[in-house]
Amino acid sequence: MKTLLPAKFGPYGGQFVPETLMPALIELEEAFVSAKADAAFQAEFNKLMASFVGRPTPLTYAKRLSEKLGGAQIYLKREDLAHTGAHKINNALGQALLVKRMGKRRIVAETGAGQHGVASATVAALLGLECVVYMGVVDIARQEPNVFRMKLLGAEVRPVTSGTQTLKDAINEAIRDWVTNVRDTHYLLGSALGPHPYPTIVREFQSVIGTEAREQMLLEVGRLPDTVIACVGGGSNAIGVFSGFVNDEHVELIGVEAGGSGIETGKHAARFGEPARGRVGVIHGTRTYVLQDEDGQIAETHSVSAGLDYAAVGPEHALLRDTERAFYTSATDDEALSAFHTLCHTEGIIPALESSHAVAEVIKRAPKMRKDQVILVNLSGRGDKDLNTVIKEIGD
Amino acid sequence: MHRIESAFSNKPIFMPYFPLGYPDLPTSIDVIEALAQNGADLIEVGLSFSDPLADGPVIQHATQIALEKGITVKKSLEAVQELRKRGVDIPLILMGYYNPMLAYGLEKFIRDAKEAGVDGFIVPDLPAEESKEFEDVAGNMPLIRMLAPTSPDERMESIARTAKGFIYLVSVTGVTGALTAISDGLGDLIQRVRDHTSVPVCVGFGIGTPEQAKQVGALADGVIVGSACVKMIGGSQKPVETAKQFAAEFRDALLELRK
Repeated sequence: MKTLLPAKFGPYGGQFVPETLMPALIELEEAFVSAKADAAFQAEFNKLMASFVGRPTPLTYAKRLSEKLGGAQIYLKREDLAHTGAHKINNALGQALLVKRMGKRRIVAETGAGQHGVASATVAALLGLECVVYMGVVDIARQEPNVFRMKLLGAEVRPVTSGTQTLKDAINEAIRDWVTNVRDTHYLLGSALGPHPYPTIVREFQSVIGTEAREQMLLEVGRLPDTVIACVGGGSNAIGVFSGFVNDEHVELIGVEAGGSGIETGKHAARFGEPARGRVGVIHGTRTYVLQDEDGQIAETHSVSAGLDYAAVGPEHALLRDTERAFYTSATDDEALSAFHTLCHTEGIIPALESSHAVAEVIKRAPKMRKDQVILVNLSGRGDKDLNTVIKEIGD
Repeated sequence: MHRIESAFSNKPIFMPYFPLGYPDLPTSIDVIEALAQNGADLIEVGLSFSDPLADGPVIQHATQIALEKGITVKKSLEAVQELRKRGVDIPLILMGYYNPMLAYGLEKFIRDAKEAGVDGFIVPDLPAEESKEFEDVAGNMPLIRMLAPTSPDERMESIARTAKGFIYLVSVTGVTGALTAISDGLGDLIQRVRDHTSVPVCVGFGIGTPEQAKQVGALADGVIVGSACVKMIGGSQKPVETAKQFAAEFRDALLELRK
């Protein structure tokens, strides 16, 4: 029983799922491999990426932010300008086209910040699929506008009250639905996580970010960036932008995890940040770094941003980290909120709290760099959904 | 392994599941002992995990409580040892998710489990594709193969061919506790598995009443009862008494089928 594509990234990845789901993973892999080789599929995908998603998204020179920080020149890859307001739509559209190809009629999705839920609801409406989104009640409370958007788009939002009531538990419930309805249902997984072939499929559909950004850097700036920075929850926006530069050995790749209240407080989602608890394990079908206790129970995580509030990281990031091709750091809630305000004021762009973590790293790093150096930051989403959270934080 | 083989000398057998640590550790040990002494032929002893993605609400709830009350892998293995000391001699199969086993240390886990008196393992998130690492360490301790209604024939064949102990056939697509009525296709499904293997075929997921057990037992070599067992015993004021009664009812239902 060999897979068509490699199921692992070094020692990470794999297919740790109940037997009931294995045939669905095999079917999905076959559909993906055949679609990749099918010019008609690619043409349809590319056409919708342009006419529906609005690609390519622009590359914006952050002039005032660069001046304020006084070091490297900063460029923003504007995934916040993609339809539905985040990079999530790239993968949702690609997978939804695979769903049509497989002849299934229903999708289930998990969502943390609501961006992937909105993207899934959007492509379901576009392609006439039934859509159920699982979302933890904690996240429903802090991402209310997105819940309303999903409902407007015709999706059913099912509140998840089990466990920590956040993204991890939404994934559990989505998998339980999938295992029950697998014959006609596809699990539209939103990050570069889960069992093979998901991490590979998600990277492939998100690689458009890196491909475009690389071309834009060469065309508009005349050179590649010295450093590429992206936030990492499951890691789909990061793996997407990294994929464009991973073969350019001199380009430094930096992933920013959620530092929450600070690593030392234990309230965070920095899987690579706390070696005592962030250990290699198996969760949601994949082997990767997972925040867990001594007994292998998955830890509760904390982040001001729902999209980064998850105990495990995508398996390819685990390998990139081990091989030191990419480096991972973290930004705290306070640093992300401060970066959120800074970008609003200096550039007239309201970033998602997730993306604000990447901006926070830019603020730390740019002043130490020379003015002829260049940072590319992936602005993975826009912040409209976070206004309630930010207002509350300011109030506090 | 010999315990598993002899358990199947008189079929169909009754195989309840119960998680250690629920509603608390001493009670769960007493419950499992009571099940063993009153009709269970093999017991699936549950290890708790924070994210049991193959389980329905009843087992999620029970294992969550077990964790809140402080159950660990170590305490679970000690409990198995205690059961053996009390004279429980039927096969005890540990059923749990992979991560806590990895966190304990796979080699240590299997060694300690063997020493405690465990006869085999069921790990729902270890399909055939990922089982090599475990089986290389487990040696002759069987990792029970699972098959599902969605498994195509060629897949069934390759999985069933290497099965040890027995095969755990999931009766329906779904999580534990999902079934409400025995499907007409179950007989065909069981036959598809039997075509590929001579090891006993046991059916689980959602079998809730002695009557249903009898229906399934007429077709399969073993009847696995999880959620219904946990719900009945966990909801009782006298869990040990309820366990005795529960096991006896299922035993009696299946006895009629034994020749």
